[in-house]
Order: sequence, then C-alpha cells, then structure tokens
Amino acid sequence: MTRTLYDKLVDAHKVCDLPDGEMLVYVDFHIMNEYTSPQAFSGLEQKGLPVWRPEAHLSVVDHVNATRSSQPPDAASKLLIDNLNANCRKHGIALYGLGDPRQGIEHVVVPEQGLVAPGMLIACGDSHTTTYGAFGALGFGIGTSEVEHVLATQTLRYKRLKTMLVSVEGKLPAGATAKDIIMKVVQVVGAGGANGYAVEFTGSAIRDLDMSGRMTICNMAVELGGRAALMAPDEKAYAKIAGRAHSGLLDFSGETWVSDPGAPFDAVFEIDAADIAPLVTWGISPDQSVPVDGVVPSQTAHMPPKAKEGLQRALDYMGLQPGQPVQGISIDSAFIGSCTNSRIEDLRAAAEILKGRKVATTVQAIVVPGSIFTKLQAEKEGLDQVFRDAGFDWRPESGCSMCLAMNDDVALDGERVASSTNRNFEGRQGRGARTHLMSPAMVAAAAIKGHITDIRDFKKGS
Amino acid sequence: MPKSVSGLAAPFPPSNVDTDVIMPKRFLRTITREGLGEGTLADLRFDEERHIRPDFILNRAPWNDASILIVGDNFGCGSSREHAVWGLKQMGIGGVIGTGFAGIFFDNARKNGLALPIVPAALRDDLLALASHEDGLTITIDIAEGVLRFDNQVQPFTMDDATTTALLEDRDDTLDSLKLADQIRKYETGLTEKMRVKVIA
Ligand code: SF4
Repeated sequence: MTRTLYDKLVDAHKVCDLPDGEMLVYVDFHIMNEYTSPQAFSGLEQKGLPVWRPEAHLSVVDHVNATRSSQPPDAASKLLIDNLNANCRKHGIALYGLGDPRQGIEHVVVPEQGLVAPGMLIACGDSHTTTYGAFGALGFGIGTSEVEHVLATQTLRYKRLKTMLVSVEGKLPAGATAKDIIMKVVQVVGAGGANGYAVEFTGSAIRDLDMSGRMTICNMAVELGGRAALMAPDEKAYAKIAGRAHSGLLDFSGETWVSDPGAPFDAVFEIDAADIAPLVTWGISPDQSVPVDGVVPSQTAHMPPKAKEGLQRALDYMGLQPGQPVQGISIDSAFIGSCTNSRIEDLRAAAEILKGRKVATTVQAIVVPGSIFTKLQAEKEGLDQVFRDAGFDWRPESGCSMCLAMNDDVALDGERVASSTNRNFEGRQGRGARTHLMSPAMVAAAAIKGHITDIRDFKKGS
Repeated sequence: MPKSVSGLAAPFPPSNVDTDVIMPKRFLRTITREGLGEGTLADLRFDEERHIRPDFILNRAPWNDASILIVGDNFGCGSSREHAVWGLKQMGIGGVIGTGFAGIFFDNARKNGLALPIVPAALRDDLLALASHEDGLTITIDIAEGVLRFDNQVQPFTMDDATTTALLEDRDDTLDSLKLADQIRKYETGLTEKMRVKVIA
C-alpha cells in the first residue's frame, strides 16, 4: 500500500492503539519555553510524577526576555525565567537560558544545534513547531496539559490527521520569496482551511528554496490551520544539519522519508509559482493579503453579509480605506525578527537592501537576530554594521521580542508596523498596534521609504 | 463532567478569533492556572482604564450571564496557549458552538472539559440569530446524545468519539497513559542508540 510521508512518520512512532481511534505516539524530542511549561511542571508535582526521560527535552528562554540586555525586563518575566531554571535544575533537563551562547528563539535554535533529523517526531508547547517539517520531521504544537503528558510519559495521545498536498511548481518571479509563497498559500487555502490536516509541500519552487526558506514556509503552515507541515528531505536538508552539535548523534534513517508515488491525499492545492508576487497583509488575519502593487479590498455586491462585516472590522482596526493603494501606506515601525524570518539568510536579504541607505526619520526600526549563534554569524559578516549604519536598532540579545510583544518591545496603540513576523492579529504586537506582514527585504525597503513599497522597484544597495 | 452543558447562549460571530484575543499576553505572565477569568477577552470587555465597555455583547443583559458562546469560523486559531481555555472556563463558559476550531485549541479544550460541538454553517447562523434576541436563548449541549436542544428543537452536532469519551469520563490523561508504561518501554527497546535523543546540557 502506498503511504504519504505523514503516514510513515505516524506509523513509525505508534506505541499502541487506544480506544476511539486514537493512538499513543512516541515523542523523540520535546522543547519547552518559559511561558507554556510552568503549569505542566506543577501538574507533575501535584501528581508526584517524575520526568520519564529528562535527556530528551530542551528548554529555551525566548518569549519574555528583553533583547536590549540580558536582564529580564520586569519582575513577572523574571518569575517565569527563574521558574524555568528551577524546574530544569530539579528534573535534570537541559536549558539554553539567558547568557548561554546557544540561546535564541526555540525554532531557530533547534536546527542550528542539529537537534532535528528526517524521521523524528518533535513536540513543543508552541504552535510554530511545524517548522521542523522542512527537514522531514513531524513537528507539532501542543498545549500545556500535553506538555505535562510528554514529560511524564514521553508520548502523546494522538489522532491521525487528514492529509493535504500543496504543490508550488515553476519559477518564482523576481522579488518574491519563501515568505510570499506561504502568504499566498494562506490566502488560497484560507486561515482555517487546513484545520485537521497535515500539509505536505511539494513542487519545483519548494525544492529550489534553501532550508531557511523552507523553514519559513513550514513555520507559517499553522496560519492556515495545518497541525503539521512536511517536505520531503533532500541533500539540502541533510547538508544543513551536518556538522552541528547533535547531528552526529542522531540517525532516524530507517525509512524512506518521502511520500510514495501515487500516495493518496485528502485534499490537493496547486499553485503556479509564476503567480506569486511580493505580498503584504492589509487586515487582521494572515490570509488577508494582497500583492504590494495592489489595493486594499472593497466590498463587492456578491459578498455575503458576514464577509462584509469581517472586512469592515479589519479595515476599522487597521485604519485603512477600501481601494487605497497598499504602496504608500506609511509606517511608524519596522521589525525584522521572529522564528519565521530572523535566520542569517533573512538578515542578509534585508542588509542587501539597506546597504548605503538610511531608514526614514519617521520610522523606528528594530532587528532581533533569531539566536545568539545567528547574531555572531551576522557580526562576522559585518551585517550588524550595515543595519546600524542604516539606522536600525541592532539588538545584542535574541528572543521573540516584538513578534508577540511579551517583553518590553511593544508597539503603541495605532502604531503601524512593517513586520517580518507571522501574525497580524489584533493586538499581537501591542494593544491597538497595526501589523503588516511581509518578507524581511520588504520590511527593510518600507523602513527606508517610510511607507510600504514594492521591493521590485529597489536596486540592491550600493 | 456532567453528560450535558446548559445555559444562556451569547452570539460572538467574528471569524478567526485567535487566542491572543481570547487571552491577551499580559495575562500570560503567570506560573499558575488561576486568576485568568478577568483576562478572558479582556480587550473587548474593558477599555484601557479597565472600564467596562458597555457596547460589548458579553457586558450586556441578558448575555452577561451566558455560559455558552456561538462563534464564527476557525475560533481559537493562533498561539497554543492553554491559558485561553483556562480563562474561558474561569469566566463561566462551559461550551463553545462553532463550525470548526483550530487544532491545538480544540485539544486544549478537551483536556479541560470545555465542550466544542461542531455544527453546519446554516445551523450556526440560525443559532447566532436566535441568540441575538433579547429574551435570550437557552441551549443544552447534550454530550452523551450528541445533540443540541433549544426552543423545542433537537439538532445533531459533530464530536469525535475520543473527545466525547474524554468529556464524559473526566479522566486524567497523564495517569491513564502511564498505565501503558510497559508498552512505552517496549517501544523504546526497539530504538537504536542514535534514535534516543540526548540533549547536550
Ligand atoms: S518568534 Fe513569535 S511566533 Fe515564533 S515562537 Fe516566538 S512568539 Fe512564537
């Protein structure tokens, strides 16, 4: 029988069947952060349970820490960080905390340390755990009760998902990036369109991408509702993790980690890469995007009343007029960071635009490298200087920062942010803050102009 | 958990209500599960000075007594924060009726005894309309029978068997799964050395 890559991964990790069509799956590796794990540890405590296999877990401080300095920004953040420290010490769990050279955003850190390999099952109390699908590993986000379950049993109760194939064939036009591919997919499939599905990406446009771009795509697959994202691992995937701290220690190569030819999928979407332009979100859901040379949508006669209401709500929140050109929307801040777009390749792409140019005086621009490792690499290449010369605030520490504004990087009410992140939700970057998602190069270009602008009109910096 | 959840229903129709909206981040700076009720939908319920927003439906009679929400598509999308579910429960919500929910939110709800019946869009839209009347709509989510009861009507909803069982039995998944420790150990004996992740501390 032919099987999809997803089915092979599930089969390989099945411990046993459970009643009602569920199963217990084995978790090879589990990652924790400071804000979704505390109640899982206290759950263990209350039940008097030990951690099943402490060496198979990693904790990272990334969500609440300041990125201006290695000191926690306030008492509540310190409480969360200290609590994680104490829990890890008590249970013998590895921690990449503040001041550790391996620290950074969890999903940036893990591949850097070679802690992912094709064929693994990885869980984490964070929705963007889908990132590891770029390596042919089954990664998915879980809630805190499930974090407790993994700690105590090294397994999860699991129900097999339906499968969706998204194929992107052809050559990406100039100016379009991996970020634009996934924003296009979210637009086509819809924000909840892949709820209940594992999404496999395939096609020449995907294979042509480097691993950083593939991670961007799998990362944001959760924005279409995908509980898992997958790509067949190729030489690029194996090469990316070779020579990392853990890579020689891991080998899950028992299976061929690709979908068998003709394996059945429950849903299929085909996208022509030639149709993908640099995209920008105008609304409050990641599927509300248009090409940068387009306009903010207007109501149409055949629109159902609910859609009209939704459109109006988004326009009101974003402070935009229907029919307004997207280019020319002026911004107050620019943010380059997050597990979607803060790897070295993203910093290089933005620096290429910034070189020899200046950020508009009306714009506050921040760049937060995805990890300390990334920061050091960027400094070695002189990218930090390019950012600083252009007027960007180059942050010495790494973390999620203004992606979710749980630290002291918060956009103000009504402030408009050009952002390389993944969620343009109401209040995501600060109460009343207005987020426009786009690629890192487009953020850099917007920072220079002071308004959203088409990257295709930009020559590389001098 | 009782076999059914009954109460006044409030309409909350926007699509794609995410967990950032359900539980804003400032309430996540905690190491306990408690005290999250006041954070639930806080930016919709209160203005910046913590004054009640009288225009928000859950602040108006009769809906301020609601224990069931009728919601738009893809409710609970975004972040995995279980705080969103803890907060809804602490605010007194026992059931959320929609056309479909984001996966992690759905699993979190089940772990905490929050019932999420799934209904077709036409029925959800009817319920939204009925629940908008000032006299108030009382709904019973009959979990054991898999139906909604309201206004002399009985309408089926979708819920997978495992979720139904979990809601009815109110079990502790962690302790339950540990009864399968032998099976887990057996699986582990089949792993090669390089399949046993050991994170370098
Ligand atoms: S960078 Fe943003 S999306 Fe990624 S883990 Fe941090 S908060 Fe979540």
